[in-house]
Amino acid sequence: MARLPTMEFDGVIVGGGGAGMRAALQLAQSGLKTAVLSKVFPTRSHTVSAQGGIAAAIGSEDPDDDWRWHMYDTVKGSDYIGDQDAIEYMCSVGPEAIYELEHMGMPFTRTERGRIYQRPFGGHSKSFGKGGQASRACAAEDRTGHALLHTLYQNNLKAGTTFLNEWFAVDLVVNQDGVVSGLVALEIETGQVVFVKSKATVLATGGAGRIYATTTNALMNTGDGIGMALRAGMPVQDIEMWQFHPTGIHQAGVLVTEGCRGEGGYLVNKDGERFMERYAPTAKDLAGRDVVARSMIQEIMDGRGAGPDSDHVLLKLDHLGEETIFKRLPGITELSKTFAHVNPAQEPIPVVPTCHYMMGGIPTNVHGQVLTQVADGNDAVVGGLYAIGEVACVSVHGANRLGANSLLDLVVFGRAAGIHIEDAMRQGVGHRDPADEDVDNATARLARWNESTEGESVADLKRELQRIMLVNFNVFRSGDHMRRSIGDLADLRERIARAHLPDKSRVFNTARLEALELDNLLEVAQATAIVAEARTESRGAHARNDYTERDDDNWLCHSLYFAAEAAEKGVRKRAVNLTPATVEPFQPMARTY
Amino acid sequence: MKINIYRFDPDKDESPRMEEMEIDLPEGRDLMVLDVLELLKAKDPSIAYRRSCREGVCGSDGINMNGRNGLACITPISEAASRGKLTLRPLPGLPVVRDLVVDMTQFYRQYEKITPWLVNDTPPPAQERLQMPEDREKLNGLYECILCACCSTACPSFWWNPDKFVGPAGLLQAYRFLADSRDTATAERLAALEDPFSVFRCRGIMNCVSVCPKGLNPTRAIGKIRSMLLSQGI
Ligand SMILES: Cc1cc2nc3c(=O)[nH]c(=O)nc-3n(C[C@H](O)[C@H](O)[C@H](O)COP(=O)(O)OP(=O)(O)OC[C@H]3O[C@@H](n4cnc5c(N)ncnc54)[C@H](O)[C@@H]3O)c2cc1C
Ligand code: SF4
Ligand code: SF4
Ligand code: FES
Repeated sequence: MARLPTMEFDGVIVGGGGAGMRAALQLAQSGLKTAVLSKVFPTRSHTVSAQGGIAAAIGSEDPDDDWRWHMYDTVKGSDYIGDQDAIEYMCSVGPEAIYELEHMGMPFTRTERGRIYQRPFGGHSKSFGKGGQASRACAAEDRTGHALLHTLYQNNLKAGTTFLNEWFAVDLVVNQDGVVSGLVALEIETGQVVFVKSKATVLATGGAGRIYATTTNALMNTGDGIGMALRAGMPVQDIEMWQFHPTGIHQAGVLVTEGCRGEGGYLVNKDGERFMERYAPTAKDLAGRDVVARSMIQEIMDGRGAGPDSDHVLLKLDHLGEETIFKRLPGITELSKTFAHVNPAQEPIPVVPTCHYMMGGIPTNVHGQVLTQVADGNDAVVGGLYAIGEVACVSVHGANRLGANSLLDLVVFGRAAGIHIEDAMRQGVGHRDPADEDVDNATARLARWNESTEGESVADLKRELQRIMLVNFNVFRSGDHMRRSIGDLADLRERIARAHLPDKSRVFNTARLEALELDNLLEVAQATAIVAEARTESRGAHARNDYTERDDDNWLCHSLYFAAEAAEKGVRKRAVNLTPATVEPFQPMARTY
Repeated sequence: MKINIYRFDPDKDESPRMEEMEIDLPEGRDLMVLDVLELLKAKDPSIAYRRSCREGVCGSDGINMNGRNGLACITPISEAASRGKLTLRPLPGLPVVRDLVVDMTQFYRQYEKITPWLVNDTPPPAQERLQMPEDREKLNGLYECILCACCSTACPSFWWNPDKFVGPAGLLQAYRFLADSRDTATAERLAALEDPFSVFRCRGIMNCVSVCPKGLNPTRAIGKIRSMLLSQGI
């Protein structure tokens, strides 16, 4: 292939969501030549949809709140496979990260004393689980993600960050030494393909909820970063762990925040019974998300679901009164009117557990550096590559994320990666030149689609993939179904390799983007299926009918999946970090709420 | 149902054309216009439009539906179509890139012009800056803007002077920072808006208010900026 036009930067950040823009801000402020490359205009990134809050022990609602309690809750929430050094770091610097956002201008809701308003969220407690519910989620009404993302974008404009908006990252360019020297990207408006060369490449591409037929995720959440990493030979970790949010609007999939329950709402079955009192007597509706989601499905399976098909339950808010709903949950009111045709001040909202968040991702250390595993089972850093935000697995969420911890993860590790890159540049890390064929490798799948002349349609194949995942990798999983799906997905891979892109035009060709995204959805789906089948236990969000108990002897560890070897050699394991620096480690215990 | 959709691919088409497409709508469900676009795209993948959140919060899919600007993802067919017909066009007044996709450069440039970030050069406290709830309340109706451009592209003053008139979206954000009790750059912000065009081109036609999918009121914000400018002039 002819040489591609080349652009050069110190740091390129793929993704303009909360994680990407927090990292970019750090780099741009330090004067490095920084670009954010994003397939959507930055404020249209999925972070904008986050509703309920961002967790940190800033002690506004409760002056005694302590980041160690937050750490305990996060470790417990993770069902003990979150890395304790990373969780310690996130929770301890959390308050500072919130104050930074406020200083940048983020419009948080305020308390009577003028401090940042904090609301209760699921799984957050006081005094190491013994002091009752904690109010720890810092909120801007129920538009926290919008407020956060716009604030970060505004501050990036101020700092002079270069934005490559509506550019699509195709694949990483890895040189002979296994070092990442940039990526191949496509300018959507012109169709031009460019080699973007950088000393540090940061993947901040967000989640992949679109592997499921219904999800709370935006249409752009297609796991592109996961696909890019797997094709480049890097592993993904704990990818079987998918969070189902208890309150997705029935049929639409659109989320209503856990903040609804934080503000005093609760779930009822068709008989109007507040059933969570039976499943989680203490925390009730604010138990861990995995616990609430399973309880809801149990109610439905036992015939107590609401509606003509008994296929959902109801979220009751009307008792909170019009004023609280209007003041604290204005966005929810809009969404439920539009998508459920109910006014929550008068009627309950029909909800079902819905795919929401990818706990797994590209393994990294606390600086965001991507890790791989070398022959002796030890970790090794991949040169030139970082991952942050939902696409990464650092791992602070383990097998189940606590609400309001993702936005915190974005800003804490976005900043940490920025700082690390700054240091690396100061120590003189330079560009790594790839060979022409390394660049060619990164354009291969683009060429494949461009040369396709016949075959199945992208839309049909995507629908099939999404249905397989929805049916077989839901809240409850069974070995038989998962094994069958692994076969179905392998077939699908062959069919996708022969699928057809009919529209070959250059300018703003969204059909081409959807084809490229389908490759990524497939990578994520296959990884999920293979690892989910391999993890023969139930832990956090991964609940199996055939292995119903947690198995700490064999599975108190991360799963590690390499695309090239998994089919033959199976899934690898990686140790969980149990050695925080300043506190005693939290030992695995039975998880009750 | 018959859908008329604006088509233009600069590589193939000399000039834009309207294409009529037929689609069977599922019974008993009121789809959103975006759902219909997705159904059409499954038939003809070459139709281009922007979309992401599909819930009215990201601002990607501002388009013109039967003559009215709005977000495709939260506009039900029952509301957008009349007598079984629906015409979909790109937002008016901005250059068309392809089909329903417009070039938003001018729109973003106006936003960038109003210094869209908080200015406060006093050293920050160790914790957050305090802000009383009644001061925070002043940001409601302002900070929620999703930059969808439905308002500015419905504004005749913006059509005529997209380079000089900041437009309703930009001015709403200009006021968002003027109204923030934490911001210290009021004088500079007003000085930058004093010329005859930036603010004063607004003719109070209120198109912006009637189309804003988030129910925001740029005209009111513009009125507030005007009175700040005028009282400062005295
Ligand atoms: C409805 C909803 C509500 C939520 N509410 C909360 C909450 O209240 N609190 C909380 O903590 N968490 C919440 N979450 C989770 C949280 O919002 C997400 O995990 C988080 O926003 C992800 O941010 P990110 O920066 O990693 O990625 P995103 O915001 O998803 O951004 C990804 C970026 O990558 C870019 N990108 C992707 N692929 C490519 C490519 N191939 N080429 C170029 N660019 C690419 C995109 O353009 C985008 O800019 C919520 C999630 C959902 C779905
Ligand atoms: S009120 Fe002003 S800004 Fe709004 S549409 Fe009319 S002229 Fe434009
Ligand atoms: S003011 Fe309303 S219409 Fe205008 S850009 Fe903002 S959200 Fe869109
Ligand atoms: S797709 Fe986000 S606003 Fe319509």
